[in-house]
Amino acid sequence: MSGPRTASPSLDRAELAALQPLRPADGSRWRGLVLPIAAVFLWWALSRLDLVNSALLVSPGKVAATAWDQIATGRLWRALAASLAREATGFLIGTAAGLVLGALLGLSALANRIVGPSFNTFKQISLFAWIPLISVWFGLGDVAKVVFLSLAALVPVVVNTCDGIRTAPPALLEVARVYGYTRWQTVTEVILPAALPSIFTGVYLALIYSWLATIGAEYLLVAGRGIGNTLVEGSEHFQMDLVIFGMVVIGLVGWLMNALARRLERRLSRFR
Amino acid sequence: MAAERAAAAIGVGGGLRAAPVFLADRPRLRRLADGLLPWLLPAALLALWVAGAERGWISPQVLPPPLFVYETLRDLAVSGDLWLNVSASLQRVLVGFAAGAFIGLALGSAMGLSRRFEAYVLPTFNALVQIPVLGWLPFVLLIVGIGEPLKYILIAKAAMVPVALNTLQGFRQTPVALREVGQVYGYSRRQQVLEIVLPHAVPTLFTGLRLGFTKAWLSLVVVELVASSEGLGYLIVYGRQLFQLDLVMAAVVVVGAIGYAIDRLLDALEAFAKRRQPGAAP
Repeated sequence: MSGPRTASPSLDRAELAALQPLRPADGSRWRGLVLPIAAVFLWWALSRLDLVNSALLVSPGKVAATAWDQIATGRLWRALAASLAREATGFLIGTAAGLVLGALLGLSALANRIVGPSFNTFKQISLFAWIPLISVWFGLGDVAKVVFLSLAALVPVVVNTCDGIRTAPPALLEVARVYGYTRWQTVTEVILPAALPSIFTGVYLALIYSWLATIGAEYLLVAGRGIGNTLVEGSEHFQMDLVIFGMVVIGLVGWLMNALARRLERRLSRFR
Repeated sequence: MAAERAAAAIGVGGGLRAAPVFLADRPRLRRLADGLLPWLLPAALLALWVAGAERGWISPQVLPPPLFVYETLRDLAVSGDLWLNVSASLQRVLVGFAAGAFIGLALGSAMGLSRRFEAYVLPTFNALVQIPVLGWLPFVLLIVGIGEPLKYILIAKAAMVPVALNTLQGFRQTPVALREVGQVYGYSRRQQVLEIVLPHAVPTLFTGLRLGFTKAWLSLVVVELVASSEGLGYLIVYGRQLFQLDLVMAAVVVVGAIGYAIDRLLDALEAFAKRRQPGAAP
């Protein structure tokens, strides 16, 4: 291959595969419940017996009470709504820009040669390292957060869109040529459909990345409210119950997004 | 190769094709133009940056001139501060990654080898994995405090997840036919694992290790941004607090350069491992 590698889409696919929860080959469900139940019982017993520093080892009941308090007072919904609105905005902007840039890099060899290597170098900079610079340029508010989230969503979409387009099956391209397709027809009727699964990989990763970036942005650009701020608050006030509650919520939202994306993917593959 | 040719035929992809058409009959010039094209964008950006700084379009407080960033980087290197922080970061990432990779390999192979163990552990593992490193940070912070163990634990966690999942995946994908061959030859369980399952798992395993290292590096920067008093992430935060953007950018450049070097190295290692895979094309 003579051109530069535009990134490591194989690694992206592996990452996506890691996001799909593997099911135990052994179909029994009860075995999976043993460990969590044992852990919660141990937790309860330890907090009950007062063996460990109880300021940190809060009881499961306390966490439940905090959870109820957060839900009943509406604090959870406000935080979640703020976080999700940010996430959606950043995800949409980043994905749209990523699709355009990725398609450009995939379709035009010249653009790929000019922008590709710079993009690869840019991509190597650990995402969160941008936050201090972004905070100087855009402040600590929502603008800075959305810029950061868009950046997080942009990268996987560009990489996978470009890869999907560049690896369109040559046999199909041959057929298009034989039938005398115009370039536009070739792109819309042959290349894009063939690239769709790869593009979806990018968008899927963008959704997950922008959720991680939302937590990161709220954590590092501490201003406003959001579920990341709930964590910071719990951490600063040594409220382990709030921290645990925040973790559970973040995990649940991540899991829901994963499930949603997987369902979409299945529908998409049936549609094709 | 055939793919390249077919793609080039309709003008998609291909490297040399990128050079302008008027150079088509001058291969040497064309190759030169092709080699220079990637530098066009960085050169243009750099020129814009230099010009912007010199003409005073951009305040140095917002974007310090490139020469200033270079000088800061050089000063850091000469005074030894750079090495101090880089070595602190590298030590963290190496220790964390080694621990995470070890646990991931152990957990992944245990789940891959024993269906019973897998049935007990995998659902819990899947649930815990849903919480990102940043979610664990305050939890671990409250328990172990702000010292080195915090960094090791979080980096190890970040590396462990993809390693464990890919190891499990690798152990699962042994071709049934080969497994049957092993049975026909009366292989012991140990032989089965060492001579059939493991060689087939190696490429997937490497992908996991590579992904694990990428995640470890990413987490290192996050953890150092939030809680540290040395290291590259700290350098970035410190520069930001003093509003010394030259320092911030110099540190960001170093983070990018090390990330790039590690990525290339792991890529080469992975290619090497894949070449040695049984059944791979020579």
